[in-house]
Amino acid sequence: MPAAAARRGAGFFRYASPQQFFPLAGRMMPFFSVAAALLAIAGSVVGFLVAPTDFQQGDAYRIIFLHVPAAWMSMFLYLVMAFWSAVGLVFNTRLSSMMATALAPTGAMFTFIALWTGALWGKPTWGAWWVWDARLTSELLLLFLYIGFMALQSAIDDPRRADRAGALLALVGVVNVPVIYFSVQWWNTLHQGSSISMTKAPSMAATMLLGMLLMALAAWAYSIAVALARVRCIMLEREKHADWVRQYVEKQA
Amino acid sequence: MLAALRCIVERDLLLAWRRRADVLTTLFFFVIVISLFPLGVGPDPALLRTMAPGILWVAALLASMLALGRLFAPDHADGTLEQMALSTEPLTVIVAGKVLAHWLVSGMPLVLLSPVLALQYDLPLPSVLVLFISLLLGTPVLSLIGAIGAALTLGVRGGGVLVGVLVLPLYVPVLIFGAGAVGAEAAGVGVAAHLLLLGGALAASIALAPWATAAALRIALE
Repeated sequence: MPAAAARRGAGFFRYASPQQFFPLAGRMMPFFSVAAALLAIAGSVVGFLVAPTDFQQGDAYRIIFLHVPAAWMSMFLYLVMAFWSAVGLVFNTRLSSMMATALAPTGAMFTFIALWTGALWGKPTWGAWWVWDARLTSELLLLFLYIGFMALQSAIDDPRRADRAGALLALVGVVNVPVIYFSVQWWNTLHQGSSISMTKAPSMAATMLLGMLLMALAAWAYSIAVALARVRCIMLEREKHADWVRQYVEKQA
Repeated sequence: MLAALRCIVERDLLLAWRRRADVLTTLFFFVIVISLFPLGVGPDPALLRTMAPGILWVAALLASMLALGRLFAPDHADGTLEQMALSTEPLTVIVAGKVLAHWLVSGMPLVLLSPVLALQYDLPLPSVLVLFISLLLGTPVLSLIGAIGAALTLGVRGGGVLVGVLVLPLYVPVLIFGAGAVGAEAAGVGVAAHLLLLGGALAASIALAPWATAAALRIALE
């Protein structure tokens, strides 16, 4: 009876152990890397070759295929990071916090890309590299929140304290993400409103939408691949006292 | 609980009184920073009048941030903070008391001094009044949110600058609505929205920040 109960209880949750998740992450990563590359190629072809020239903006609008996926991922990755932080804080699991730490640099990178591609888009269309409207300001704040998270974790030596402190900070900052998302509704901003909504048809050409969605899926697959690779490195560092790590390292050598 | 709150506030006020220099240094930092800007941008009164709310608010932000080093670090250094965490009184209440004392000593002087400093920028009287109210509502929020940052970075190397990196992005909404209120007054648009949002931020911070700060202290103390 106890053995059966143990088997029943394990199931999916055995991947909460770094030793179990490490090989799984290793197997998943190449799949997502290849998916990311293929989706990026498909999205780029659709976006830069197939989609028609915009009536108002000409070809300058094509930066949307980088800007929007990067912006979506920057917000989404923060939410995922906050989720894993919360799980790590509540259930006291090491791996959840390691995952949050692994996600932060990718999220920061996408935020940076979103801000820069936005500036490159804004200059020809709005006439300005930067305006201090609600959405741009809150996205810049998101970059600062990511950097603050990474700075705090790197400043604390004890890894478990760093996990918990970072988790608390991530959760305090998560209130910024809805502000970014709804900023174009709540304020009179220069940034355009949402073209895609849950309730009505998108207000853009079908091929443009397809290109954007393909690039968004590519960015998502990339984020997963990179996060898995990074969390594997973090696991090897943090668990280096464990036998399974020593065996793995010896096998690699 | 109220007795514990009162006890903590009295203790912290007494300790601050004994080290008046620390408190006054932060206040003088506020004054000096405000004096620096006209020297940098030139004495044009119209320009200074437009910039005044922003400058005064940013100086208040920076002064609040600098004062955070005094909030938990001295108690942590001599072991009192651990005793506070172990006590039967809720840590949230103790934190609320410490933040209240901290604001009375670091935040309130800024609020009281702001009308005088606004004179350096030739702000008209209605704007000075709105500035006073916005700082009165906003500086407690700065202390409350700053307490979370101070608790997270307790004993961590990198010190004051790290607290700044963590806490200044969280301060931004307060800055936007605080300086925005004065700007709205100067433009003749209503200030009610800004001040009400500041009040809302204050209410939310009073409710939630001590709890988050207590959690951060427990993380730092274990």
